[in-house]
Amino acid sequence: MKVLVAVKRVVDYNVKVRVAADNSGVDLTNVKMAMNPFCEIAVEEAVRLKEKGVATEIVAVAVGPKEAQEQIRTALALGADRGILVEAADVQPLAVAKLLKAIVDQEKPELVILGKQAIDGDNNQTGQMLAALAGMGQGTFASEVNVADGSVKVTREIDGGLQTVDLKLPAVVTTDLRLNEPRYASLPNIMKAKKKPLDIKSPGDFGVDVSPLVKTLKVEPPAERQAGVKVADVAELVDKLKNEAKVI
Amino acid sequence: MSVLVYAEHDNASLKGVTLNTVAAAQKIGGDIVVLVAGSGCGAAAEAAAKIAGVSKVLVADDAAYAHQLAENVAELVAEVGKGYSHILAPATSIGKNFLPRVAALLDVQMISEISGVVNATTFQRPIYAGNAIATVESTQATNVMTVRGTAFDPVAAEGGSAAVEALTVAKDAGVSSFVGEELAKSDRPELTAAKIVVSGGRGMQNGDNFEMLYKVADKLGAAVGASRAAVDAGFVPNDMQVGQTGKIVAPQLYIAVGISGAIQHLAGMKDSKVIVAINKDEEAPIFQVADYGLVADLFEAVPELEKLV
Repeated sequence: MKVLVAVKRVVDYNVKVRVAADNSGVDLTNVKMAMNPFCEIAVEEAVRLKEKGVATEIVAVAVGPKEAQEQIRTALALGADRGILVEAADVQPLAVAKLLKAIVDQEKPELVILGKQAIDGDNNQTGQMLAALAGMGQGTFASEVNVADGSVKVTREIDGGLQTVDLKLPAVVTTDLRLNEPRYASLPNIMKAKKKPLDIKSPGDFGVDVSPLVKTLKVEPPAERQAGVKVADVAELVDKLKNEAKVI
Repeated sequence: MSVLVYAEHDNASLKGVTLNTVAAAQKIGGDIVVLVAGSGCGAAAEAAAKIAGVSKVLVADDAAYAHQLAENVAELVAEVGKGYSHILAPATSIGKNFLPRVAALLDVQMISEISGVVNATTFQRPIYAGNAIATVESTQATNVMTVRGTAFDPVAAEGGSAAVEALTVAKDAGVSSFVGEELAKSDRPELTAAKIVVSGGRGMQNGDNFEMLYKVADKLGAAVGASRAAVDAGFVPNDMQVGQTGKIVAPQLYIAVGISGAIQHLAGMKDSKVIVAINKDEEAPIFQVADYGLVADLFEAVPELEKLV
């Protein structure tokens, strides 16, 4: 079974981002970039499926700038077999989903695994959109994935607990935090990854228009909250909550 | 202009977040129509008809919608929603699951988790875990959006008398089926609806120690949450997570216990009215957003708090 896994290049999750002075966006100059953490979980899940003998080939796909090759190389070092980069910057989720759909039509994977959201735009859309365009079932926010007999059972993190759905293959899965703990790439595997094939494509190759449909007018820092007072002990705290804030 | 609001419910009753979503629809303006899709959901539809400001309620009552499977619900909403200028759903695990599918079926770029309505085509939404707020404009034929409930004050649940119209559209995409669910049983209020939330972080040290928080919560009628660090460490399940990657809460009182205050956690609770932080590390960033800070060992402070409230 072939597995397609999508990876996105984003600001490293440890970086505290700053809004650009002209409010056009977030200042990304000299900021460390990395693979989106939910995508790391997606790659890990694909690699585990291969280790279990369920998956036979893993194709890592990214839509992003030229530098996103680094994130595909990371996926290759973690165990993906080959990569495809569709070179285009700042593509919105619907267009990403259309590009992935075109690649799915060519590659015909049985399972597509994506992160549930990227930590830059926090959109949480691409996997669901791809599933809709491809007419596939979707197991979003997955905390457990079991492939058997032409279907996949996905346990999903929902408000208030867990839900399990059964999807016909091919299907789309998006990962939540507890699905697995991603491994680190070893040095020999990083070296080997440099020799694995990586195709570079453009949106035009797939006939997909990637012009944005939603325009960002401005980006601002959130309203700051002021620090309050320190209380000496629990008794003072309870007194303040009862008599000053009047919330208990 | 006309706004279609997708109701969240358990067939028997409406979830409160539906009222916040209708509030966002009112800010957009125009006719507000609520769609209730479920199985045996007549009572929820009746409740929707009473929401203040709603002009019509559409009900799709069919087994295909029993478990809110995204594949089936999305086909329904895409068909019903075609003529509307806006389609809104709460940004819950249900809305986030099916609404992007609707947008893809309608070939529009969705706008996720709006936290403000500037006008009918301009909206605000948090990006980068709430570290920046983007103002975006969309002049697409239909604006498909999820709504962050805590950012809008709910409309009144009573006072309206909308007509209820039954739809006979049964959409079964045939690619997915429901197997089962495990819902945490609790007498405590739901996290996103609670007036008081008590949350624990890595400082709790293990899952058993959360018992202390449950005791305080039960005395206060509060819900119990956790930071991502506590979830990642396996102390408590993920549905308790408060933060950008978990639940967004904005209660009257938020008590953070043993939580350092990582950005991603603050993004999920900084709109609370009053924030209390209990942490033994005086330098913890949580104190920068807390109205009342107590520098103390939580293992002493929490039992004392339980006694005094």
